[in-house]
Amino acid sequence: MLEINCPWCGPRDQIEFSCGGEAHIVRPLEPENLSDDDWADYLFYRKNPEGRHHEQWCHTAGCRKWFNAIRNTVTYQFETVYRIGEDLPEKTSR
Amino acid sequence: MSRSLRVANGGSIRRTRLLSFSFNGTLYSGFEGDTLASALLANNVRTVHRSFKYHRPRGVVGSGAEEPNSIVQVGSGSKATPNLRATQIELYDGLTARSVSGWPSLRVDLYALNGLLGRLLPAGFYYKTFMRPRFLWSWYEHFIRKAAGLGQAPREADLDHYDKLNIHCDVLIVGGGPTGLMAARAAGRAGARVIMADEQAEMGGSLLSSTASIGGKKPGDWVETVVSELTRMPEVILLPRSTVTGYYDHNFLVINERRTDHLERPDPRLRRERIWRVRASQVVLATGAIERPLVFSNNDKPGVMLASAVSTYLVRYGVLPGRKIVFFTNNDSAYQTVLQLVDAGMEVVAVVDVRSDPQGDLIQQVRSAGVPIFEGHVVVDVRGGTSGLRMVLIARVNKTLDEILSHKGELRCDVLAVSGGWNPVVHLHAQSGGKPVFNEECASFLPGPSVQNERSAGAGNGTFGLADCLREGAEAGRRAAQDAGLTGDGSVDIPKVESHVEGSLHPIWVVPNGLAEGRGGKKFVDLQNDTTVADIRLAAREGYRSVEHLKRYTALGFGTDQGKLGNINGMAILADVLGQAPGKIGTTTFRPNYTPVTFGAIAGREIGSTFFDPTRKTAVHQWHVENGAEFEDVGQWKRPWYYPLPGETMNEAVRRECLATRESLGILDASTLGKIEIRGPDSAEFLNRIYTNSWLTLEIGRCRYGLMLGEDGMVMDDGVTSRIGEDHYLMTTTTGGAAHVLAWMERWLQTEWPHLRVYLTSVTDHWFVTSVAGPNSREILTKLCTDIDFSADAFPFMSVRAGTVAGIPARVYRISFSGELAYEINVSANYGRSLWQAIMTAGQSLNITPYGTEAMHVLRAEKGYIIVGQDTDGSVTPGDLGMDWIVSNGKDCIGKRSLSRQDTRRENRKQLVGLTTVDPTLVLPEGAQLLNEPAKEFPAPMVGHVTSSYFSPSLRHSIALALVKGGRSREGSMVYAQLIDGRVIPATIGQPKFFDPENQRQKV
Ligand SMILES: [Zn+2]
Repeated sequence: MLEINCPWCGPRDQIEFSCGGEAHIVRPLEPENLSDDDWADYLFYRKNPEGRHHEQWCHTAGCRKWFNAIRNTVTYQFETVYRIGEDLPEKTSR
Repeated sequence: MSRSLRVANGGSIRRTRLLSFSFNGTLYSGFEGDTLASALLANNVRTVHRSFKYHRPRGVVGSGAEEPNSIVQVGSGSKATPNLRATQIELYDGLTARSVSGWPSLRVDLYALNGLLGRLLPAGFYYKTFMRPRFLWSWYEHFIRKAAGLGQAPREADLDHYDKLNIHCDVLIVGGGPTGLMAARAAGRAGARVIMADEQAEMGGSLLSSTASIGGKKPGDWVETVVSELTRMPEVILLPRSTVTGYYDHNFLVINERRTDHLERPDPRLRRERIWRVRASQVVLATGAIERPLVFSNNDKPGVMLASAVSTYLVRYGVLPGRKIVFFTNNDSAYQTVLQLVDAGMEVVAVVDVRSDPQGDLIQQVRSAGVPIFEGHVVVDVRGGTSGLRMVLIARVNKTLDEILSHKGELRCDVLAVSGGWNPVVHLHAQSGGKPVFNEECASFLPGPSVQNERSAGAGNGTFGLADCLREGAEAGRRAAQDAGLTGDGSVDIPKVESHVEGSLHPIWVVPNGLAEGRGGKKFVDLQNDTTVADIRLAAREGYRSVEHLKRYTALGFGTDQGKLGNINGMAILADVLGQAPGKIGTTTFRPNYTPVTFGAIAGREIGSTFFDPTRKTAVHQWHVENGAEFEDVGQWKRPWYYPLPGETMNEAVRRECLATRESLGILDASTLGKIEIRGPDSAEFLNRIYTNSWLTLEIGRCRYGLMLGEDGMVMDDGVTSRIGEDHYLMTTTTGGAAHVLAWMERWLQTEWPHLRVYLTSVTDHWFVTSVAGPNSREILTKLCTDIDFSADAFPFMSVRAGTVAGIPARVYRISFSGELAYEINVSANYGRSLWQAIMTAGQSLNITPYGTEAMHVLRAEKGYIIVGQDTDGSVTPGDLGMDWIVSNGKDCIGKRSLSRQDTRRENRKQLVGLTTVDPTLVLPEGAQLLNEPAKEFPAPMVGHVTSSYFSPSLRHSIALALVKGGRSREGSMVYAQLIDGRVIPATIGQPKFFDPENQRQKV
């Protein structure tokens, strides 16, 4: 079980969290002006990297806050966590 | 049969406590401190098991977790535990055990015939023979399993209790041998919170079977000194009988502690086992090493044992496994055991050493003790039966150990003690993500670089000398404490021990027997699975060149022992066949658990039907129970399904409830619908984005039905939301969807629209809600509530009023899910039952009838109102439901763009329709598949399926809702429900509305 550092509550067991998948997917402001392909890209297509992955997590059984994390999909190590709206830590910029 | 093999004195058993036990129905005796294995050996019981495939007799080989042979079932009834290793079972008075295979008896085994047919059972035999034709597998499996006999799970419920603990520590030390004890001492002195777990009954590890002095003390005394120091440290937890079974991510480890199985009459208040879930800052793996057997012809015969096991049985248990012992080794460690035997006055027949010129202090001492040493020799074969060995045959071997030079003759003996070197226990290191690396010096795998916060020390790290283990243990403990952030002084003195100069090991993976390959007795690599050298070589020839494939093809390492003895030999043999270095092949994956864990321990207290999902009951639940309701599970909720009168069937009850509601007055407990408070100045804008329709114009006191979509355009949930105040809305959701909808809306607010000032609160449990429905509902509300004007003009359909009902503050909604004039009354949940009873009393003269979810479903289906999750399944758009009208053109909302994707625009999508059966009495089964014509052959093209189906008491015929391809344009045409029993039911497609299609009744 992973230990995840909620940016609001501190380190807690993974069982308290749920993973929301890839982070930094921005909802298009004017969906009606998008082509089917562009909409599908937003809706369906996700990165599946081997290594660093920007993810959204929610402290579901805790403060219920969503936050961002950079997690290595090979080692499962969390590089960092940061709150929604916070800038990416500089060294890890996308 | 039994001459006792117990030596006159010695061992740490308590000879004053005589215990009796039974094995396979025969009574024996042993002493407190014995294991089942040591007691069986003391009673000269040689054969304890019949092997898996060939049913050959097998005896005790090891003395701990590595034991592959003495697999037994202990106890009976609910206490029965299968597949335990006799070497790890502590003896108690009255213990009953039996071997898990060997029917009808160990001495006469019918399946030993398999052994005679051995040549017909090569590697992959089961795959090749039984997997095709596939349907016969279950038939074969029955016999194979019976023959294999891997114990029987008890049929009775387990009466014992099990617990789980969660704990954090600074340093977790795995293994309480000399290395672990020093590590604990150092870490403890540094002030660390330490947990030290050891699988044995007491701490000490290899010192428990050692005779060498340590720090001027006997080994047992030294262990006691250290343990008593550790016991006095308040932050140190010592866990004996506790196996660290798994090492998971982020230094999360699981310990299985066995608390009562060694007790004759355990205190019933004690938990039988506990699972410790440990998050450790640092881990020290002091897991020790397991001796490696040698692979030669008939090396599985009872009487062939590990040299270290012989030492353990003698020193710790006062049992000499044989009277005439021959040693067979390729390294120096076995000589230590020889010396122990000599010191105890026992006869050692000879030492057979594969090395042509072994050098080392211990060898000199053995030589001076007068024990013959056959240098440059091997054991090529052994002779013996179920009662032990008679002799071993030895031969001279060449320097590369692959050719017999000359046969030397026989050595008479009853036990052959073997040592092929030592395999460090790298299991937990590997589970932690580390990659073990092959080490030429010990010809085995050592821990590789650490991936998590762990370090290995001692024999588990390939450090075999006692002095080095003590030093390495202390250093590991000190540094682990430091890395965990402790600043205390973790220094410890290293006790003095005698050390020897040791010669190097000469690896030998397969002992030649002077015959062509495959000739002579079988050479076993994995005793538990009967995997032989020939099997591995055959597998390699057939192309199984990866060690993982080899494992699955030959079952090497597949047993409950997970190949603790055989795996390294097996991998080296594969490497040899492939002409590669052993390190190149690598190991198979080490997976949890290190040794088997009972289901009881895994389950802990999480047993019974109600644990995983809490049961939720409404405020009026007890009234429903008292009034005979049958309940239905909806999500976690218990909802009244129908209320049968005495003697009434379900159909009769539902019919009565439906008709009463349509004709006069029904009452429903609707508390389970999800309720979410939405507050804040941007609430309307938020609803506008979440729901498909427009919310900017809803007036205070009005309600609106809303449909929400996933971003993929599929219907996700629905419900009525009302505007309570200026910036205050109350949303209702489906019963099952409430939690998901709240979480989903929260996510949009937090991650996408943090600028919207909207706040969500779940209030589902705060309110008791009852729906009063039927033409007389206005009359009863008027009777119970004087501060709300119920006239149609003052209180129109789809609006909400605050007032007092039966003296209770309430919100009253005029909404309807039945198509009747109806009111939903919301009161604080605490008032639920008084409100319900007040309504029941007031409604008596109007034949008020409580109705359950079944009648509710019938009433809404008559109206064609959908239930999300029943009439939709995550692939249904609003358009498919004929609800295009609810998607506003003037704005965006979640999922709207998806409604114009190519697939969602498709003409021939499945669309919601109504079905009426040609025979009005037939009710279609929900889920029935629909065809355009009765099937002539299968598979037949399907055009849709039934989603809801009931008999309508008001219409006196059956009704159904269905999703049918292009259904809306097919009104009046026929479809055929093809049932699994072969019947075909014709039905006519119509509008999904059956009763009061103009919606007049709810608006009166
Ligand atoms: Zn949190």
